[in-house]
Amino acid sequence: MEILGIFLTSDFYSATIRLATPLMLAALGGVICERTGVLNMALEGMMLAGAFFAYLGAYLFNNAWMGLVVAMLGSMFLAAIHAFMSINVKVNQVVVALGLNTLSIGITSTIFRLMFGTDSQMAHCPGFKTLSIPVLSDIPVIGPVLFGQYPLTYIAIAALVGIHWFLFHSSRGLELRAAGENPQALDVAGVDVIRIRWIAVLVTGAFCGLAGACLTLNGLNTFYDNISSGRGFIAYAAIVFGKWTPLGATLATILFGAGDALQLRMQAMNFDIPYYFYLMMPYLVTFLALVFFMGPSKGPAATNTPFVKDKARKRSARRKMGGN
Amino acid sequence: MEPVLRVHNITKRFGTNVANDHITFDLYPGEIHSLLGENGAGKSTLMNVIYGVYGADEGEIYLNGKRVDITSPKQAIDLGIGMVHQHFMLVPPFTVAENIMLGIQKELRLDIKKAEEKIAEASRKYDLRVDPHAKVSTLSVGQQQRVEILKVLYRGARILILDEPTAVLTPQETEELFVTLDRLKKDGVSIVFISHKLNEVMSISDRVSILRRGKIAGCIDDLSSCSREDLASAMVGRQVTLGVDKPDQKPGDDVLELDHISVRGEGKQDVVKDFTLKIRAGEIVGLAGVDGNGQSELIKGITGLLPISSGKLILQGQDMTGKPPRAFIDAGVGHIPEDRHKQGLVLSMSVKENLFLETIQDKPYTKAHVLQKKAINDKAKELMEYNDIRAASPEIPAGSLSGGNQQKIIVARVLDQGPKLLIAVHPTRGLDIGATEFVHRCILKAREEGCAVLLVSTELDEILELSDRIAVIYEGECMGIVSDKEATKEGIGLLMAGVRDQKADTATA
Repeated sequence: MEILGIFLTSDFYSATIRLATPLMLAALGGVICERTGVLNMALEGMMLAGAFFAYLGAYLFNNAWMGLVVAMLGSMFLAAIHAFMSINVKVNQVVVALGLNTLSIGITSTIFRLMFGTDSQMAHCPGFKTLSIPVLSDIPVIGPVLFGQYPLTYIAIAALVGIHWFLFHSSRGLELRAAGENPQALDVAGVDVIRIRWIAVLVTGAFCGLAGACLTLNGLNTFYDNISSGRGFIAYAAIVFGKWTPLGATLATILFGAGDALQLRMQAMNFDIPYYFYLMMPYLVTFLALVFFMGPSKGPAATNTPFVKDKARKRSARRKMGGN
Repeated sequence: MEPVLRVHNITKRFGTNVANDHITFDLYPGEIHSLLGENGAGKSTLMNVIYGVYGADEGEIYLNGKRVDITSPKQAIDLGIGMVHQHFMLVPPFTVAENIMLGIQKELRLDIKKAEEKIAEASRKYDLRVDPHAKVSTLSVGQQQRVEILKVLYRGARILILDEPTAVLTPQETEELFVTLDRLKKDGVSIVFISHKLNEVMSISDRVSILRRGKIAGCIDDLSSCSREDLASAMVGRQVTLGVDKPDQKPGDDVLELDHISVRGEGKQDVVKDFTLKIRAGEIVGLAGVDGNGQSELIKGITGLLPISSGKLILQGQDMTGKPPRAFIDAGVGHIPEDRHKQGLVLSMSVKENLFLETIQDKPYTKAHVLQKKAINDKAKELMEYNDIRAASPEIPAGSLSGGNQQKIIVARVLDQGPKLLIAVHPTRGLDIGATEFVHRCILKAREEGCAVLLVSTELDEILELSDRIAVIYEGECMGIVSDKEATKEGIGLLMAGVRDQKADTATA
């Protein structure tokens, strides 16, 4: 019954939040993109790119915050490819994502090797330190769990509130959701669907950059091949599990974070089980959650369908510009 | 008087296909100008050009005498042009207020309460009753259309384009729409009304322009001087006679007996509830109803494509409940499905292959699992000639044919098997007048040969013309069965809207 003891320590809950943070950032970003009708299975690749570029930025500028900026730019570069291929070229969005995920593994590992060689001596970069919020972190139990975290966790919580307000209480958010449900209706309402989708995909990229940064800059302060190891897919599962709402997706990531925290603690208990089984746990939790607790889920109606605008429209717009 | 809207020499091409060929069209203030034409004549294309959804390849648009260049719907809206599309441009999971506010609010914060109040006010002003707080997915089609019109007016439109607005309405809802349009006209709104239904065009329009194969085939300023036949002839480009010739005929034995059947839809609920109906040999039973009231599920139940959850289905004295689709085909059920592209044909396969979709495993077309080329080719040729299927060769893909010829493939395939029961679902949807005549003749011929026919259609005129008896379906229930002698458009219309008692009242009155 040692296992039950785990749930009594505030350390477990604190670790849950810490481990959920990258998933949460990626899932929140993903919700934005998904809600405009662009299927984003490339969270994984963008997160990996974020992790690498965060490390690279922090290393080169010797500053963790600069690492964040570079991470966002790096992920947004991949996001831009995603946007161009799926929105303009109208390639199947699953295929685009598949390509990007593979590309990301290649790019990050290659640059890493080129810059730091193949020796196992890992170069460390500056990272973030936990930031205790005065007063609030002194609250018993809740204090250390919620207010003794890394800065990125606070950013994630702020993002949750912000994205929720934006999606459901702002007119731009209404337009964004309409793009995912019935882009034709939005088009005849006079709003540029293509623009909304582009911006959304780029914003998702930025969030995946932050999510990736959590992996490298929160204590580990280095990078290794495929460091994201499927977390982007778990984040995607969280979006589906959370029925495409920021709040739902967040709760789902906390569930998965708890699974991760639990396995780490169980590993330390030295049961006679290969540790791979423990490593499997967060993924197993994801799988079981999706299969058993989910039921049929319906995403935005226009998911994975490119918006086609009549070409002659652009032509006459140009003609008009020429005329003026 | 100067026209509010004038399009001059508009040409729009899609690839090599010319959808609009140098079209000129005027709209005067406060008039209802109908645009009449068959499906594919280019009506919607022209309106989408005016509304900025499509860009024109040639030609100009003038608004109040001034040349404008409309490159997006936003611009059209700003210029006071509003369009209600044939397929509603609404976001189903959003509320009415959210749909109306979509795209018109500049400031970031969305005060939905305030918007709802303003919309409720506008709804009273134009007498378009809708609840701003209701979710669009829960509204009836007629209500959704009101939302669309309100949305357009709320944006300040003075020119209103309605693309086939009556296609989805019950006769009563159509009446209501016409009252609304008349009122808007008196307020000075100019309306373009697009339709292919002659009666409606005759009753609502001030002027009519006729579009045929992308060209303007005529503009009639004085409707009192012309008849329905004249309009139909102008629309088709040759002399047509309207109406069908249905000889009196005594029906034979029961062929299909539906005994209190229920059918489950995609969800867990029964979409068809406790439906009882008998169809006799040599009789056409029309099933009237607004689209989406369980017709599809009922048909799928009768053809074995969906399981029957309760009740009994008896075909020629044999209990067919729970049998697979193949058993229904073998038992002589012919099915002209509602969606010829998805259910009726394999579009990428050849005309010939499509003609044999149901019979290919039978002799003499297949012997010992080997296709008999000669038998197939001979039969295909015969069927194509007999049914006047116009294709360059039997080998070209079915998808490259016109809608009328595609439907003829299905009709040929089904009727050649000599069905005992023919189920024709929207058999003339989207067909031109010529093809419609052909399909109607085929159905009547099947009736003459003693086939029991179930005709499902949302076009009430079609049902009234062909049927011997008419059953009305509403929310999956049978609202009543009326013989063709007693049937009136109004009575059927009320049943279609789910009003049962009133019908009884009028029957006794």
